[in-house]
Amino acid sequence: MTLEEYTDRFTGMLNFDERKGYEGYIVHSERLVEFARTIRDELGYDYLSSVTGVDYLPDEQIEVVYHAYRSQGGPGLVFKVQVPRINPIVPSLVSIFPGADFQEREAWDLLGIRFEGHPNLRRILMWEGFHGHPLRKDWEEPYFEESEKPFNSRWPEGKAFRIEENKPFKKNVQYPPEFTPDGWIPEADTALYSGMVRLGAKDAGNGRSLETDQILVNLGPQHPSTHGVFRMVVSLDGEEIADLKPVLGYLHRNHEKIGERNTYLMNMPFTDRLDYLASMGNNFGYALAVEKLMGITPPERAEYIRVMMAELTRIVSHLFSIGTLLNDLGAFFTPMLYALTERELILDIFEAVSGSRMMCNYFRFGGVARDLPEGILEKVYELVTERLPRKVDELDTYLTDNEIVRTRSIGIGVLPREQAIEYSAAGPVLRASGVGYDVRRAESYSIYDRFDFDVAVRHNGDVYDRYLVRLEEIRQSLRILQQVVRDIPDGEFQTGKPQYQVRVPPGESYGRVENPKGELGFYIVSNGKPNPWRYHIRSPSFINLTAFGEMCKGHKIADVVAILGSIDIVLGEVDR
Amino acid sequence: MYGIGLIKGLGVTLKHFIETYLDDIRWLGRRYYRDESLAERQGPHARGIFTVQYPEEKLPVPEEFRCIPFLVYEVGEDGERLYRCTSCGICSKVCPPQCIWIVRSNDPETGRPIPSPTEFFIDIDICMNCGLCAEYCPFDAIKMDHDYELASYDRLADHIYNKERLSKPVTYYESIRPMNFAFEEAARAEKEAAKEARRKAK
Repeated sequence: MTLEEYTDRFTGMLNFDERKGYEGYIVHSERLVEFARTIRDELGYDYLSSVTGVDYLPDEQIEVVYHAYRSQGGPGLVFKVQVPRINPIVPSLVSIFPGADFQEREAWDLLGIRFEGHPNLRRILMWEGFHGHPLRKDWEEPYFEESEKPFNSRWPEGKAFRIEENKPFKKNVQYPPEFTPDGWIPEADTALYSGMVRLGAKDAGNGRSLETDQILVNLGPQHPSTHGVFRMVVSLDGEEIADLKPVLGYLHRNHEKIGERNTYLMNMPFTDRLDYLASMGNNFGYALAVEKLMGITPPERAEYIRVMMAELTRIVSHLFSIGTLLNDLGAFFTPMLYALTERELILDIFEAVSGSRMMCNYFRFGGVARDLPEGILEKVYELVTERLPRKVDELDTYLTDNEIVRTRSIGIGVLPREQAIEYSAAGPVLRASGVGYDVRRAESYSIYDRFDFDVAVRHNGDVYDRYLVRLEEIRQSLRILQQVVRDIPDGEFQTGKPQYQVRVPPGESYGRVENPKGELGFYIVSNGKPNPWRYHIRSPSFINLTAFGEMCKGHKIADVVAILGSIDIVLGEVDR
Repeated sequence: MYGIGLIKGLGVTLKHFIETYLDDIRWLGRRYYRDESLAERQGPHARGIFTVQYPEEKLPVPEEFRCIPFLVYEVGEDGERLYRCTSCGICSKVCPPQCIWIVRSNDPETGRPIPSPTEFFIDIDICMNCGLCAEYCPFDAIKMDHDYELASYDRLADHIYNKERLSKPVTYYESIRPMNFAFEEAARAEKEAAKEARRKAK
């Protein structure tokens, strides 16, 4: 059954999006929940990848954009809801796709879209006393200079100044009306705490002789296990977790607003700072999204270079992830440093190719910034055929059978298959739960269809399986890399002349790649101007956290650290 | 048997431990502060210890390494600085965090713009070392530096670099990026030759 037949069932409520450069359907908000249920149950679009909003200021309306996929793979389905800009209300899809939870909260926080029926519609990235919704087009940040880069003050009458001089401290913040910062007591925390599930000691009665007490513990924001500034509010029954809620936003910098101020090219180095352990992968996703809009494809050699860099990045990120996971399990730094040694050798390659170890900024629209320097291919060849396979095997011997690792991770943080899909988990978290969903295969991009590799899948969905999936993915990446080094052709590394101001025709595009952490998507709306109208990131770390509370319930507090380590978040990407 | 995995793991640690000492014997007193041992220690054949004794030893940076832009000038016949920069403003337009300020001035007599910057500021606190300015400069006038030891005592006074502070001679550029320099010089010579040929043809 095709979707066309459904347009009859939803007469007048379901229309094709006929704007030029746009795709998908526009659903009337009244029938949205029904539509979502239909596509999930009858058409098999069971994986809601991304939910976001776009503020169309000139049309006085706000649009909520959904990207749904089938967990068996294949192209996606885009559907949208349009509501007026003033007091926009859209029904929440959390009851059908629980993975929409954090994303709807984000859209409420940043765009002010009220999702009716959302169980916990509070701000997620900004604080509760924040004034306004920053991604609205008419919202100006405290350090506002101009709405588009390049700023006029830089040239030809450049005058160097520090922004603090123009907007001194304390004059740079806007507060809601009738708000005094000095007399403010953070009520939000009380609201947050009162929403936590608490088991009465008697209800929890599980036959233990020792009576337990209920306590609330704040892990973080400054906690070594969180790999950054991340807070977990944990409600404990004895040492057992009754409920856990992540609190985010400590590293929030409104990347998306910055992105909408920037020109297309300027965003490239900013994407490096999302998942800073995998900057090449971020570049890849963004380049794909913009190239889709521009309708260009990079030359052969550039495609091979891109795949090479993306796979090296995957190895780097997974090595780091395994290292930190072991740190979290208490194996203090020995496995971590063994993993980091190998990572350093790959970073040396990044440095020689792109000029920077971590903030690579190497991809350009229609190619890469420069060709590979001499001797790099030989170096990569040596690494991927000799050293890295040996070292991965060594890591395997070192850790996989270790009894302490096994007892600490087997059966911990289980995310069953159905829940993993429902919660829109991505990457190793999804694949460890028995869903063989890998964007490289499910909706192949670039030249991944040419390579011979397996998608790593495990079926238990616990911490141990996530570790094993990562280890296997390193091996598969090495396989791809061996083929890349063998096949890479000579030729151009860039289509056309390098331009600092690219022309992007109006329209929307969603570029997604399989980043080490999971599916990374860039949703871009262009109105033909040099700056993107909307620049949204579907960040895998952020969405993987939606299921975090569920995974932790019933485990001990020490396991929280291990589970968080196994999700492998990077706060640069979570908070954006 | 329970514990086998642990013992296997400890074996790996022991191997690393022994390799470090074997490596020590192999290099016998020549392990540190020598380029060839550093290259070996940090290369794909590394065994044993992997550390660099910074700041006594420093990892060599590859040619493409980028940290803070600088302005290239050529030295004229009388020793004056001839800047390649024409103050066209592309670098300040392409700069993602907008940290480049160029002051362009006009000739007081003719009123036409002078193709050279009067002042050039880069706020290195804001600069994100992306290298786009150097990449898109049509005159090879702004390049990324290799000097990464930039700490200073006064953030407010020292971190906005002016033209004086940013200027480096073309010989310095040649020394840090020989391949790029040779490539650009060749391209320029070719262009000049083509121009010459065109002029002769007229």
